[in-house]
Amino acid sequence: MTHAAPVAPPADLADNPVAASLRLLNRIGTLCWVEMRKIRHDRTELYTRAIQPALWLLIYGEVFTRVHAIPTPKGIPYLAYLAPGIMAQSALFIAIFYGIQIIWERDAGVLTKLMVTPTPRSALITGKAFASGVRSLVQGVVVLIIAALLGVSFTLNPLKIIFALVILAVGSAFFSCLSMSLAGVVVARDRLMGIGQAITMPLFFSSSALYPAKIMPGWLQVISRINPLSYEVEALRGLLIGTPTTMWLDVLVLVGATIASITCAALLLPRLANR
Amino acid sequence: MTVDAASVAPAETAVSAVECVDLSYQFPAHLAVDHVNLSIAPGEMYGLLGPNGAGKTTTIRMITTLLPPGTGSVRVFGIDATARPMLVRRAIGYVPQALSADANLTGVENVELFARLFDVPRRVRRQRVDEALSAMGLTEAAGRLAGTYSGGMIRRLELAQSLISAPRLLVLDEPTVGLDPIARSVVWEYIARLRSQFAMTVLMTTHYMDEADAYCDRISLMHRGTIRVTGSPAALRAGLGADATLDDVFRHYTGDTLKDSPSSPEEGDMRDARRARRTARRLG
Repeated sequence: MTHAAPVAPPADLADNPVAASLRLLNRIGTLCWVEMRKIRHDRTELYTRAIQPALWLLIYGEVFTRVHAIPTPKGIPYLAYLAPGIMAQSALFIAIFYGIQIIWERDAGVLTKLMVTPTPRSALITGKAFASGVRSLVQGVVVLIIAALLGVSFTLNPLKIIFALVILAVGSAFFSCLSMSLAGVVVARDRLMGIGQAITMPLFFSSSALYPAKIMPGWLQVISRINPLSYEVEALRGLLIGTPTTMWLDVLVLVGATIASITCAALLLPRLANR
Repeated sequence: MTVDAASVAPAETAVSAVECVDLSYQFPAHLAVDHVNLSIAPGEMYGLLGPNGAGKTTTIRMITTLLPPGTGSVRVFGIDATARPMLVRRAIGYVPQALSADANLTGVENVELFARLFDVPRRVRRQRVDEALSAMGLTEAAGRLAGTYSGGMIRRLELAQSLISAPRLLVLDEPTVGLDPIARSVVWEYIARLRSQFAMTVLMTTHYMDEADAYCDRISLMHRGTIRVTGSPAALRAGLGADATLDDVFRHYTGDTLKDSPSSPEEGDMRDARRARRTARRLG
């Protein structure tokens, strides 16, 4: 071919699986880089977002540790049991409203412009999903520090801590894709706000973030079993506190749910963009 | 590099920068684009004109691969937009109607983002980013957050973003909407300079007739989804008499149907108007 030479880059990537995965990694890296730059420019959100988990640990956690109302595995202090749950919760609260940012970007024309770059929809969504994970990670570290100051002893194994942060990022990716999928369905910001409010608390209370599933009534145990947040919390707890859990199942459910939600959000993205 | 024969036009014919054949797009409530045929020559500055809801933006969306063509086909430099959207996107620099620079990033970061998304190699990235910013006269403001820029500066930043991939086709959707007259003429100055410097093809939409008259080689008047007439601004004016303006041309070809059209796509009008207002608001 003669005429299109300048258009074609060295490789047009779409067909080659190796190049496609490299591009996917590149896009994830790029969008995470953007998120980190934004955090650097404006840190207020980091501080304000740290208040709520701090209150959960300080007030709720301290009180329930004192009353010994909740049976914990191996009799570990309730605060230690709670801390991974609050990590997951604070990440959830950030991720579940990520769709609002996508709608804002649509309104501002940022989204359409991103969609006219050589980035497949799925790579764009995956990149956005992990970019939302960047904020959650910072949040997770803040919760870790607060809990440690309150006397919770976490694992000192750096590999386990890193793995726990990866789990936290994957969990955020799942919930932010859920949010972006909802954004693609409802399209309007205020409606998404309402839906986000409506589902965060049920997700939180029906998970094992605050109490073990075995003290829940039967019907709630069933919901807890299908709630990805439970698997995230159990994995975090197993890694950070050393409670018993089936790690492979936790990871499998989380990764599976994340892939499904990325697919869903990517399919709904054009619907959002072309409104 | 392999491109299947079906998705590329025969090489011996002169390849248009943009070639739309029988292009239509049906929204649930109305036919937004109705069998549009248009052909833009390489190097041309081409304007798509029409009132709100005429189908300009939908046409642009199909050309930029944002929307799949309802029926008909789009080729950009011979590459089929449906079959090879990634290749088409590499050829295009796109500035949407809304002010789309990210207010929470600096000028440099805004441009670097697009350098990364277009796979500009790391070792030349910084240099290319600086060049693009300096070509748009933004070197001094480069380190500031885009949120502190004026409307005209944001437009120039967006042009810098779209330049980073050295596009062969620059697509501008209402590039000067909401800008004051001085900012408008500055933006046009930069667009003209770019065009002469990089021999780019430019496709733009506008509803400012004076701008189309002054800057476009050729224009098409679009109304209710169809192209009513195409030609150079001078030829179109001459066709109506000695001292006709483009406004007269526009009125002549669209008739008095602008206001009393029962079948007019109200929804499109609303949305366009809302988008323009939103842009204007961000401009302060």
